[in-house]
Amino acid sequence: MTRITYVKAINGAMAEAMRSDESVFVLGEDVAEGGPYGTTAGLAEEFGVERVLNTPISEGAITGVAIGAAQSGMKPVLEIMFIDFITLALDQLANQAAKAHLMSGGQLSVPLVLRTQGAAGQRSAAQHSQQLESWLTHVPGLKVVMPSRAEDAAGLLLSAIADPNPVVFVENRVLYYRAEEVPDDAGPVPIGEAITLRSGDDLTIVATSRLVSESLAAAERLASEDGINAEVIDPRTLVPLDLDTIVESVKRTNRLVVAHEAVEHGGFGAEITAQAQAAAFDWLDAPVERVGASFTPVPFSPPLEDRWRPGADEVHAAARRALG
Amino acid sequence: MLDGSEATRLLATMWIIRHFEERVGQLKRADEVHGLIHLSVGQEGTAAAVCGQLRDDDAVYTGHRAHGHAIAKGAPPERVMAELMGKESGLCRGLGGSMHLVDVSHGLMGATGVVGGNLPMALGSALAARLQGSDAVSVVFFGDGAVQAGHFNETINLAALWKLPLIFVCENNGFAEFTPRSAHTVVERVSDVVAPYDIERDTVDGNDVGAVWDGFGGFLEAARGGSGPFLLECLVHRLRGHYEGDPGKYREAIAADEWQKQDPILRLQRLGVEQGWFGEDDCAAAEREAVEAVDRAVEFGRESDYPAFELVAELTYADK
Repeated sequence: MTRITYVKAINGAMAEAMRSDESVFVLGEDVAEGGPYGTTAGLAEEFGVERVLNTPISEGAITGVAIGAAQSGMKPVLEIMFIDFITLALDQLANQAAKAHLMSGGQLSVPLVLRTQGAAGQRSAAQHSQQLESWLTHVPGLKVVMPSRAEDAAGLLLSAIADPNPVVFVENRVLYYRAEEVPDDAGPVPIGEAITLRSGDDLTIVATSRLVSESLAAAERLASEDGINAEVIDPRTLVPLDLDTIVESVKRTNRLVVAHEAVEHGGFGAEITAQAQAAAFDWLDAPVERVGASFTPVPFSPPLEDRWRPGADEVHAAARRALG
Repeated sequence: MLDGSEATRLLATMWIIRHFEERVGQLKRADEVHGLIHLSVGQEGTAAAVCGQLRDDDAVYTGHRAHGHAIAKGAPPERVMAELMGKESGLCRGLGGSMHLVDVSHGLMGATGVVGGNLPMALGSALAARLQGSDAVSVVFFGDGAVQAGHFNETINLAALWKLPLIFVCENNGFAEFTPRSAHTVVERVSDVVAPYDIERDTVDGNDVGAVWDGFGGFLEAARGGSGPFLLECLVHRLRGHYEGDPGKYREAIAADEWQKQDPILRLQRLGVEQGWFGEDDCAAAEREAVEAVDRAVEFGRESDYPAFELVAELTYADK
């Protein structure tokens, strides 16, 4: 085992992919300098600035450049510094990358990884704190990956780079510097496989990104205070979604809570909820409970942001509601 | 400089595009081809003279007015026609349609219906060529309407910064959709828009095939050697509306005798006969063969089947 942070895991996976495949290259704003969080630190030194390309602040064009390069045989790893800026890349991502394979009758493929990150909780205000993954999950042709742990971040990034489709890889900067034990030579994690991080028979909690550790904390509290044994599942990939793991769990526990940091309204939790209840309606003993942020922009003022941002307390309360 | 054999080849390509487009217009009214159809009647010279100098491994990106570019780049007309009919034998198995023609085997790497969206993608293919150590060049066709899109400025800036072998080919027909260029911008010449970037650029008469051939050929030779980017603005005339069936009230038709003077096909024929490259009989034969090729394309499309619905799910994601 090695003790490693989420950001180091991502950095290491990119370096590993670049060492083993000449067609992998990195581009984005300030990537040769390591970026604001150090995700690409050291790559330019090892692989040169031709393969670690700094770009101007032109999210639309650099996304298009990455798509064109991918169509022409390269495997670009594009960084969009904040998921809030994906607005500027969406035409290329949704209209070009996601549709190229289908619209060309299968002639083109776009093996592109778009890495980005989003998180509230750092007083960054409403344009630098969003979780917008549900916009991307609504576009057929894109895969959407959202790791919560260092081990998964590394393994899923390797799989994303090897994937022949455009993969949006949504990181969380609040998790970047948490140190975790990771097995040596853990290898790739398959896209589309959930992981059960805590086993239990009374309640299923499906959570993504930062809400995974919050849900594990809520589960500990449920066990110690309420005598409830909760199962916690991280889907890790939103598209394609491993519904089987969720449904198998719900059929045992009969109760489901779905938790994410994004705004609850129209969030991906609604999709998980709908799919799970359709597949396991007869096994559910209570309505599915959702945890997400309120339907407002993220407030700047620290006490307001803290209250806005869902966490273990909200997951615990939702579990209590689901238990009746 | 254009020579006799090249001129003969270009004439054949231009006649096929002309008759292909005229027939597509008829088939649209008969509801045999579908969707938004943008014809390039009158703009055949740029397609033929640009694509006629490229290799199959050179990437071409185009936009919504793409039939001529596809045919000139080598896409079989019958497969383009079948695509417009939504048939399985189409270039893209009937899943792309008029605005999304792709033929990877001939280097036609993308056609976008979102104006300007093709510009950065073409730059990406140029970047790939450099990273792969290839001398392939990338070419992007766009109209003057795309110049006002943000992607244009972003891509010009990046192309100039990275000095990539990309040739921007602007077909300036003076109209962005329904409105003249003067209603969209105060800059008349597209080649002036990029002036501060120190990009080698030229504006030519797009109805003069020889001028397009020479202008593009010079840029191509330099790009082949690794230089770039370049911008060639071709002043052309769009004989039809923005799309087939548009209201068309926004413009006055060009007088027939004036068009006889400008028509790039007739001009090339007059030049070729004058130069002794071919005779008037050869010109008539080239047109006749084009009509026959288009007839065969229509038959091919009509006899083809629609794709199976299952293909849609099968091709939403690539599996390798």
